[in-house]
Amino acid sequence: MCATCGCSDPAGPRLTEVHPGASEHGHEHAHEHEHAHGHEHAHGHGHGHGGLRHRHGDESGHGRPARSAPSADSGADEQTVVLEEQVLAKNDRLAERNRAWLDERGILAVNLMSSPGSGKTTLLERTVRELGPDVPVSVIEGDQETLIDAERLRATGCAAVQINTGAGCHLDAAMLESGLHRLDPAPASAVFVENVGNLVCPALFDLGESCRVVICSVTEGADKPLKYPHMFRAADLILVNKADLLPHLDFDADFFTDCVRRVNPGADLLWISAARGEGLDTWYTWLHKRMPDPAVTS
Amino acid sequence: MHEMAITQSVVETVCERLEGAPARALTLEIGRLSGVVPDAVRFCFDMAADGTALAGARLDITEPDGRARCRACTNEFRLDDLIALCGCGSADVEITGGQELRIRSVEVL
Repeated sequence: MCATCGCSDPAGPRLTEVHPGASEHGHEHAHEHEHAHGHEHAHGHGHGHGGLRHRHGDESGHGRPARSAPSADSGADEQTVVLEEQVLAKNDRLAERNRAWLDERGILAVNLMSSPGSGKTTLLERTVRELGPDVPVSVIEGDQETLIDAERLRATGCAAVQINTGAGCHLDAAMLESGLHRLDPAPASAVFVENVGNLVCPALFDLGESCRVVICSVTEGADKPLKYPHMFRAADLILVNKADLLPHLDFDADFFTDCVRRVNPGADLLWISAARGEGLDTWYTWLHKRMPDPAVTS
Repeated sequence: MHEMAITQSVVETVCERLEGAPARALTLEIGRLSGVVPDAVRFCFDMAADGTALAGARLDITEPDGRARCRACTNEFRLDDLIALCGCGSADVEITGGQELRIRSVEVL
């Protein structure tokens, strides 16, 4: 059964390494793996950055379950087992493990989220070319199907791993872990994680990233922050892409900014054009400021 | 729909904790601001539980309301969605309730 709609598609996420210099199309890729489900593959909310981080209560989630004391007024009897466990605790633990792994190596991991077609891959192609000379860059691509995006990034010369989620609508911490282990990014480098194009589900799953960046293009409409508040509330940075098209569109930039402030007053907001290059210096500056201190790298 | 993945995770977690003991009811807490839709979890639950110790179990879900506290004026108020605006005009509010996502308890046979 697939993990999204319950259909009988048994395929889980697949991970494919795309090598710089490999031929463009038409042959079997050698490093495709099924992603094993069912152990340490749960899903989690994050903590520590973004307004959607859940406040978790006490976790009693280990060891044998305790039977609750009988209670006359609650109707509970000795057959009620109190669990008090976070729904997403497994993923949270895995995300924190990813975060520690990245921190040890001084690696900046950027979780890029947006709707399909906002310009994530175009932005990454350009970022790899223009940031690459200063900071080594590698990419983990998340899509339901195809290697198209990883091959686009591979053409820029950077290492890229493609995670195909099949029917899945988001990446999770287990998928990032397998991607990082395959990619083996260099210390003091930047890893960009291009999440599945979707303004709903990816917002809820902590990967263990260093920061969350939401891309919204001006062609999508100025009301998106109000329509998808979970996504925009979870962002550390909101990149407004395709800003070069503003003269041709009925897009109220002030209204968009006001919508962002209503759901996430603390988020940074930058206006860019990934295709034309406008504003990208501010994006690179934002990234440089967040690179981990080289002193912590081993 | 992320609720299927979440519901499968719940079933896995509960079955691990119960070490295979069959259960007849499961209680979850899903806050109204959690981003998870209880009806979607109910829709997924029978499929996710099929063939496990939770097969046929009743699913009870409590839904705590959203709560918030304004950082500007310290007012506390109920929040129906994530578009948080205090009566004083400030959008700088801390969400204090409604984001819960917890497995509360199970009734074992």
